[in-house]
Amino acid sequence: MADLKKSRVNDFVLKVANVNGTGSASANSLLMKTVFRMGVPVSGKNFFPSNIQGLPTWYEIRVSGDGYLGRSGAVDVMVAMNAQTYARDLADVSPGGVLIYDSTWPRDRQLARRDIEIIGLPLARMCNEHFKNARTRILMKNMAYVGALAALLALDRKIIEQLVAETFGKKTALIASNLEAIELGYQYVSANFQCPLPTRVEALDKTKGHIMIDGNTAAALGCVYAGATVGAWYPITPSTSLMDAFKGFCERYRTDPETGEKRYCIVQAEDELAAIGIVLGASWNGARAFTPTSGPGLSLMNEFLGFAYFTELPAVLFDVQRVGPSTGMPTRTQQADILSAAFASHGDTKHVLLFPSDPRECFDLAIQAFDLADRLQTPVIVMSDLDIGMNDWMCKDIVWDPKYKPDRGKVLGAAQLEEIQAFYRYVDADGDGIPYRTLPGTHPKGAYFVRGSGHNQFGLYTEDSAEYQQVVDRLVKKWRTAAQLVPKPVIRRAAKPAKWGLIGMGSSDPAIREALERLAPSGIHLDYCRLRAYPFGEDVVRFIEQHERIFVVEQNRDAQLRSLLTIELGCAPARLHSILEYGGLPLDCRCIVETLEQAAAQGEAA
Amino acid sequence: MTSISKPKIVHPGLKRNALGLTIRDYEGGMSTLCAGCGHDSITAAIVQAFFELDIAPHSVAKMSGIGCSSKTPAYFLSTAHGFNAVHGRMPSIATGANAANRSLHLLGVSGDGDSLSIGLGQFMHALRRNLDMVYIIENNGVYGLTKGQFSASADVGTKAKRGEVNKQPPIDPVQVALALGGTFVARSFSGDKDQLVPLIKAGVRHRGFALIDVLSPCVTFNDHEDSTKSYAHAREFSHRVVNADFVPPATEIKAVYDAGDALPIVLHDGSKVLLRKIAEGYNVGNRGDALEYIRAHQRDGEIVTGLLYVDEGEPDLHEVNGTTETPLNAVAFEALCPGAEVLAALQNRFR
Repeated sequence: MADLKKSRVNDFVLKVANVNGTGSASANSLLMKTVFRMGVPVSGKNFFPSNIQGLPTWYEIRVSGDGYLGRSGAVDVMVAMNAQTYARDLADVSPGGVLIYDSTWPRDRQLARRDIEIIGLPLARMCNEHFKNARTRILMKNMAYVGALAALLALDRKIIEQLVAETFGKKTALIASNLEAIELGYQYVSANFQCPLPTRVEALDKTKGHIMIDGNTAAALGCVYAGATVGAWYPITPSTSLMDAFKGFCERYRTDPETGEKRYCIVQAEDELAAIGIVLGASWNGARAFTPTSGPGLSLMNEFLGFAYFTELPAVLFDVQRVGPSTGMPTRTQQADILSAAFASHGDTKHVLLFPSDPRECFDLAIQAFDLADRLQTPVIVMSDLDIGMNDWMCKDIVWDPKYKPDRGKVLGAAQLEEIQAFYRYVDADGDGIPYRTLPGTHPKGAYFVRGSGHNQFGLYTEDSAEYQQVVDRLVKKWRTAAQLVPKPVIRRAAKPAKWGLIGMGSSDPAIREALERLAPSGIHLDYCRLRAYPFGEDVVRFIEQHERIFVVEQNRDAQLRSLLTIELGCAPARLHSILEYGGLPLDCRCIVETLEQAAAQGEAA
Repeated sequence: MTSISKPKIVHPGLKRNALGLTIRDYEGGMSTLCAGCGHDSITAAIVQAFFELDIAPHSVAKMSGIGCSSKTPAYFLSTAHGFNAVHGRMPSIATGANAANRSLHLLGVSGDGDSLSIGLGQFMHALRRNLDMVYIIENNGVYGLTKGQFSASADVGTKAKRGEVNKQPPIDPVQVALALGGTFVARSFSGDKDQLVPLIKAGVRHRGFALIDVLSPCVTFNDHEDSTKSYAHAREFSHRVVNADFVPPATEIKAVYDAGDALPIVLHDGSKVLLRKIAEGYNVGNRGDALEYIRAHQRDGEIVTGLLYVDEGEPDLHEVNGTTETPLNAVAFEALCPGAEVLAALQNRFR
């Protein structure tokens, strides 16, 4: 553990405790971006309530010159702006850390701690004296702590000033007042405390070629680049910002500058049942269509998802997972929709899932989701989560391949229909389990009935056992084709030959990578297989076979991914050991490190 | 819903429309509904309307949900695409279809169970969006496929076949549509083809959501005495207030109507509906009056029929959205993808 004197240059966690609705988001984002522009890897996690104003909210910024951007579990610098949570925030500071508080009001002396440094700033008093307007006074307290932190953490003031100017653009009055507030905080700590702290930022050159972006924005951008034209949705946290971003990008890039005509159509549906229906209606007509949602929305979409699976309609869904069950905790993260998404709907139904592990992959997998949905004629669910979807992650620049052409799959056009004798919707002409489809309005020969009821390979209604079974068995063949087409897992071999393997996916990735790197010096080596899709495919089978013991890391109580691995691959459950974290906060590496240390100790003892 | 194909024999003397098609080209498979079902008459009216409108069958999408009524798209326009959605959810599929392909003619056929119970929300929201489609409710007051339970449109006091009396007030789709701002609201009776065919034609040419509620008796479960949805009851209590005659574009309106009686409404493609007022005191151009008139007659047990309200001026989904005229499913990928340079420049926002 760190002591008071230990230098934590470019390796610390800054946490700001605040009240939501006080405008702290822009101050926190300013701090994070300043570190980023100083060339030091950084990430920001927002822990916010399901509320508009008045409840506690925290923002955690991890600064890591070594590039560890998951949560570490430590709090090295705490800015305690919320009296409601002061006791808890004080207790959360790691020994050797620093607590900054608003000294306008007296602090409860009974809550003292000797193992941390405490810095009092009269933020409210300074802002009340300096600014007239009541709302401004509240907002500017945040900018004043930014100024204080700039002095304490040695942040580059020029970058801060530049960011303020960019944020407020032409609103010069706002730029001036924000800079004044920053100056108040800066001058106060400079005059009263030794600056900078041993915990501070030193410029590096490690963020070039990177961006700070959240997964919902990146996924929305992916939808634009994939050529999606119809978006249907019902607002639900934490997926809402995906459609907001799509709308923003479309207004900018898909609106005719002269006529104002839009090359997209967004429908805010009455509920998620309608949202998925709209997607299917549009996909049936050959538009690329998608819906962003979260667990409760996915539950509502179940009937239509089974319908789409059986009638073989493409659809792209983004499940930005939040904490369940039921309404759960809407503003907390989890990976707990794995099973309900994989098998959404009644009857023998299964769906292709994609697991992005950061915002950049949200972009890439959004594109692949549309290609796969069209190619496989089936719903594809991109399993994001609140941590990826709503927090800013540092990712490599997104690069676009100008040669990209969408894979629209097997769609017969008018000319092809003209030439053939007759069209049958569900015949497996190519032996890959994927039939040909037609779009309404194309040609009289292309007409067929989309029906969820029993149908035979010709698309006609049936109640005949053999005819029905032929169709559902062919769907299994299609599933095997899907296993070959979906993105392969990313396998990272340990520095030394490893008997143990670790499987994880999605937002667990930074914590897993950090844990493995922290364990290596103690001689604990594991190979790591990051899943990117379900069905899992051959590489995953081999990875499991190659290792004596497999640890499965996931963010849910019931080990859903482990269940899916055993169901799909038939591997012995006893070989799969779970590491589970499901409290709703982004995964930190400690639980992985501790579990593997214990397992290693037991392994040696045995 | 076993499909039975109908042998297609075309008599050489059969009348052909502007596309050179005969009425047989607008038919579908054999109906598997009960003999005498009101729905089959509506099917026949649809066949006639589309034939007379010279619409290519494959440019139509037949939309339905679940129930007896929802089976009927199999019985007309065999070369049109069909979509049998899940129960009560056809309006959302239609919304997506229209969003992606605004050039497609959407014809929805639903029932009182499909639209007024499980699908009431979707029905109302399609109405609210003024989705460009014809939406026919084949309304018989009962669930036929599950053998005779009351539906939400059953009138108070109406008796089920097994003797049970309905005590809950009905949901009347016409009143719902008027209250929610419906732009084309009509009611008819399956036994009145002369009234129904022009209504369907006008509905197709109307831009926006054209609701046609058609009283369509269920011969098996709801055609007995003490039923208010029987043939006998409908014949006795139907009260025509407005006749709508459909006039295709470029057809001169001959002076067969007295000028004072006929109100021409120009539809967006230039065709017209001539509204002829039959009942005194019915004000077709006023939503509130229409609603009041219908309610008053409902209290007297009368079923008001005709084109009860029409407003051609309201924007549909695409006008509200400002969508390009080219159907979105036909816009080239190059016009959708902003390209590499834009992406590179855009990312400076995220640094």
